Amino acid sequence: MSEILEQIFQIGFFTAMLRVATPLLLATLGEMFSERAGVLNLGIEGIMLLGAMVGFAAGYFSGSLWLGIVAAAVTGIAFGGLMGLLTVSLGLSQHVSGLGITLLCSGLAFFGYRLIFGQPSQPPHVDAFESVPLPWFSDIPFIGPILFDHVTLVYIAFLLVPFAAFLLYRTPWGLNLRTVGENLQAAASAGVSVAWKRYQALMISGALFGIAGAYFSLAQFNAFTFGVISGRGWVCIALVVLGRWDPWRCAFAALLFGAVDALQLRLQSSGIIDLPFQVFLLLPFLVTVVAMAVLARNARAPASLLVPYRKEER
Amino acid sequence: MKINMNSLCRRILAAAFTVVLATGAGRALAAENLRVAAVFETPIEEPWVNQIHVALKKAEEELGIEYTWSESVKAADFARVMREYAEGGYDLIMGDAFGAERIARRVAKSYPDTAFVFGSGIGPADPNFAVFDNWIHEPAYLAGMIAGKLTEKNTIGAVAAMTIPEVNRLCNAFCAGAKEVNADVKCKFSFIGSFFDPPKAKEAALAQIDQGVDVIYAERFGVIEAAAERGIRAIGNMSDQRELAPETVVTSVVWDMWPTVKQVVNVVQAGVFTAQDFGQFSYMSKGGSFPAPYHEWEDKLPEEVKSMVAERTQEILDGTFRVPIDESTPKSE
Repeated sequence: MSEILEQIFQIGFFTAMLRVATPLLLATLGEMFSERAGVLNLGIEGIMLLGAMVGFAAGYFSGSLWLGIVAAAVTGIAFGGLMGLLTVSLGLSQHVSGLGITLLCSGLAFFGYRLIFGQPSQPPHVDAFESVPLPWFSDIPFIGPILFDHVTLVYIAFLLVPFAAFLLYRTPWGLNLRTVGENLQAAASAGVSVAWKRYQALMISGALFGIAGAYFSLAQFNAFTFGVISGRGWVCIALVVLGRWDPWRCAFAALLFGAVDALQLRLQSSGIIDLPFQVFLLLPFLVTVVAMAVLARNARAPASLLVPYRKEER
Repeated sequence: MKINMNSLCRRILAAAFTVVLATGAGRALAAENLRVAAVFETPIEEPWVNQIHVALKKAEEELGIEYTWSESVKAADFARVMREYAEGGYDLIMGDAFGAERIARRVAKSYPDTAFVFGSGIGPADPNFAVFDNWIHEPAYLAGMIAGKLTEKNTIGAVAAMTIPEVNRLCNAFCAGAKEVNADVKCKFSFIGSFFDPPKAKEAALAQIDQGVDVIYAERFGVIEAAAERGIRAIGNMSDQRELAPETVVTSVVWDMWPTVKQVVNVVQAGVFTAQDFGQFSYMSKGGSFPAPYHEWEDKLPEEVKSMVAERTQEILDGTFRVPIDESTPKSE
């Protein structure tokens, strides 16, 4: 036990935790916004992959990584809008539309990459984002290097948490969004445009998915490869439930997943516990499921989740 | 209605037969140009698959074969794509069967006149299913010797895909090589559970570096980037990966599929193809694998290390030293 604790109380463990949690946090917050408006956005996995590809391509050719991030966000907004067209304007099944968008975006990412880069035997790469230690703060012993020595996107992701909470709970915009998510008729009779609110939420979620995807190809790694998302989008769907559709709890969920993932990698190579590697790899998923069973037992999804809005229909 | 369907089926079958006969005849006429197709389970950038692809490209130029390929063919589609090529009159179908061993073998049985040569962890199957594999444990051992000499903290590591025999024997050979020259060295192993997930491989490598690893074997793609970021040494795998980080990559464990492809094409063209194991053609003595040149490290590596490696290389080529093949699951120390 003390050996496991020894693995945890290291600067490297905590920085890894934040690094792994960041893209999950971005995507989880995005999914939270769309589900708070009553739309389950299963386009998450595909939009992340396409965001990773577009972000990388834009960063590669322009030489500006930030332009890559912007391009990824814009791509995400576009496909969030498409999701809106399918599920809001046309009122189609949210499951089917979302999975369709994931398939479409994955295909587009693959096809687009081949079109732009051909079939290189070694993937082209960029000089990825480097960590930006915050002056003074990063000199604080132990805490400094853990919290204040990261790439800028990590700071942005974690600053987004209070911002999202403010937006959701302290502004009329957020109140309207939550009303749409709980009761469509009430929102409509209060003069809120249900369709426009849902479109907004979907575009925000798309933008965050795109940025989360680009984090993999521009910050976590320095190239786009097809295995770059590998199901991480689906994880975020579970993290939203564990986070009970609340920004702070979503941050906790992403950090928990990141922590267990960082820990299992360290346990694997430390050789303290002798188990098949598959057991280590499934630990983060196992912990998420157990935590969900314990902490999110009484969680209640937004009441209008999966319900399409058709005017004057009861 | 039923009768109609039957006659329709018959007509389609007849048409299919005509096509098959026609292509068969065409093949006999143009016997010079061997038609080769490859079916890959991963995208072409995945280093394992890329080595096969590169060798087949070379065969296209030098041996005059006609070559086409499909990438990212998942297990669910594997049989369909294989059949399409077999029906399309290809003489030789290559690929990696690790994710679809049974499927590939079953399909091959239906086309006894087509040669199937697949990367596989198990044996060949008569009459027409031959296998090969990356038997590159010899250069992995040599790289391990270099790592054992270079490490300052006596801790080296390897980040690999999963505990399958072909991965295990590389990791074990790497560690055994290091231990031969440095008895105090400790080996760490991480498995990412995927053949191609670079962000995960990088994170696993960073975890090892946090634990004191200062020479790391990049069995998977993504590790060298972590080594470069933290300023430690790395050993590439599959191809010469120097250009990913010239200051970081000391050497690479190179797998060259050219001897295998050349042999396969030759036997198929000569009409003497049998279901055999082409694994030997990946050994160093056949030129199927070798340690990559040191490049930037030529001047930085101590003379003693270089001569030690050169000596052992010669022994392996002469057959006087055999690198032990250990396919047991490697354990972190």
